[in-house]
Amino acid sequence: MALDKDTVRNIAFLARIRIDDDELDHLAGELSHILGWIEQLDEVDTEGVEPMASVVDMELPRRADVVTSGDRRDAVLANAPDPQDGFYAVPKVIE
Amino acid sequence: MSARPNQLSVAEARHGLAAGDFSALELARACIEAMAAGSHLNAFITETPELALERAAASDARRAKGEVRGPMDGIPVAVKDLFCTEGVLTTAGSHILDGYVPAYESTVTRNLAEAGAVMLGKTNQDEFAMGSSNMTSHYGPVVNPWRGKDDKDLVPGGSSGGSAAAVAAGLCPASIGTDTGGSIRQPASFCGIVGLKPTYGRCSRWGIVAFACSLDQAGPFARTVRDVAIVLGAMAGHDPMDSTSAPRAVPDYEAALSGDVRGLRVGIPREYRVEDMPEEIETLWQKGEAWLREAGAETVEVSLPHTKYALPAYYIIAPAEASSNLARYDGVRYGLRVPGASLDEMYANTRAAGFGTETRRRIMIGAYVLSAGYYDAYYLKAQRVRKLIAEDFRKAHREVDVLLTPTAPSSAFAIGDKMDDPVAMYLNDVFTVPSSLAGLPAISVPAGLDAGGLPLGLHLIGKPFDEETVLRAAEVLESAAGFEARPERITSS
Repeated sequence: MALDKDTVRNIAFLARIRIDDDELDHLAGELSHILGWIEQLDEVDTEGVEPMASVVDMELPRRADVVTSGDRRDAVLANAPDPQDGFYAVPKVIE
Repeated sequence: MSARPNQLSVAEARHGLAAGDFSALELARACIEAMAAGSHLNAFITETPELALERAAASDARRAKGEVRGPMDGIPVAVKDLFCTEGVLTTAGSHILDGYVPAYESTVTRNLAEAGAVMLGKTNQDEFAMGSSNMTSHYGPVVNPWRGKDDKDLVPGGSSGGSAAAVAAGLCPASIGTDTGGSIRQPASFCGIVGLKPTYGRCSRWGIVAFACSLDQAGPFARTVRDVAIVLGAMAGHDPMDSTSAPRAVPDYEAALSGDVRGLRVGIPREYRVEDMPEEIETLWQKGEAWLREAGAETVEVSLPHTKYALPAYYIIAPAEASSNLARYDGVRYGLRVPGASLDEMYANTRAAGFGTETRRRIMIGAYVLSAGYYDAYYLKAQRVRKLIAEDFRKAHREVDVLLTPTAPSSAFAIGDKMDDPVAMYLNDVFTVPSSLAGLPAISVPAGLDAGGLPLGLHLIGKPFDEETVLRAAEVLESAAGFEARPERITSS
């Protein structure tokens, strides 16, 4: 299916990636080309086939509900671009 | 003149260390010198010579006390920059992870360190392991140590291109990479070395920067099948930190190399005879079949009817998983932040600046196929096709022990080729993606040279958790092929 510029703008918004208006045409063409190629899957009869989410043939394991790690605030914050007073700081979200 | 220690195989280096021919420190120094001489290949993003020398000295101290930990003790290894390494920059080949120094160690690299392996550094790769050429790395392309006849610089394949190039150039005896759709096997084929993708669940994914969780799997590169068996033994094992890690004991993979494939049933999937496949690849494939038959195996044609649909299904599933995995790169907790007037603007600015073209493309495809109204038509459809592909293999494996195919539809191509058509780039993985979708173990073994003098690999696909049969058959192929060629661009001799 061919994507139009509005659809690409919306995908970029969903993905939280800034796209300049002059890139939209090129991206719409490129993504449409990929999706067009993908659509050959329509030839496959998948009636009654279970979707496969994982190749692992086992029950998800459970573990005891206990603390296994913690008290590493400074080690974790060491990678933050703007740590303040033991917190991650971000642009103001509440007026 | 005898080979310098960095050019020895893992098995030879193990022998040399045990015999006292050289120390782990001397071996590490030889690799560090080779890395410096081979720096033009751009195989490493971060070199860790001090850490290597420290670990090598510790290995020598253990050996002096008679406390050798096993076959990997003192063996230098290069690590793809997708593995988190405590205290060592980890970039995933992306600008968005600028300056990220993990506070923890991935299970696979910890297993290797506990086995005594000596990490030399972090290797270059396609950004977030998305690519088949190593061209999408923020740190620039890796140069394949093999050179084409027209003298152009070639890609090493991808995404684990740095790890493959480092081993092919003799900078180190072994390295580790990850394979989501072919990212170990295709570069192994392009670089003329051995690369193994284990069964999904064999090696822990804990601490590997996630691309597509239902597909990602770590595996080894080396110059021989035996070496790959040795390294895999030190990487693999159950890990409670990864819920998809298999609670199975790790066999002695090296012991599986009996050289005996009499009675082994080898399937030749007819659907892998794709249009436009170069004749020399077809010929090599037939040679591989003949080699295994001469060694006593039985070859039979099998059918994997949904093969053709593996790539398009993969290019829904992998981007869908990537778009959710890469949502974490938001400029808040680590890596790059580009300011914005609001929180949303900061996210969008950071992600626009931090992700490269291919990563952005895949995130957007993923966001689209997961979005309301398209989820069933694309994502669930692809998961249903995935089920059919896995069933194809299950049926074939009732008849045969392993499948033999080419690894890639071409040899290494020139740096810059295929960059303007993403779909043409995706076709590199046509033979490796189906077994990834089914989670099966598979290996690429260098088997010959094409007319241009470039290596070509053959690919064996096994049953789940039957790496032993895959390795055993691979070693027989390796001996029959007698692939002795080495790239001319070897940096030290």
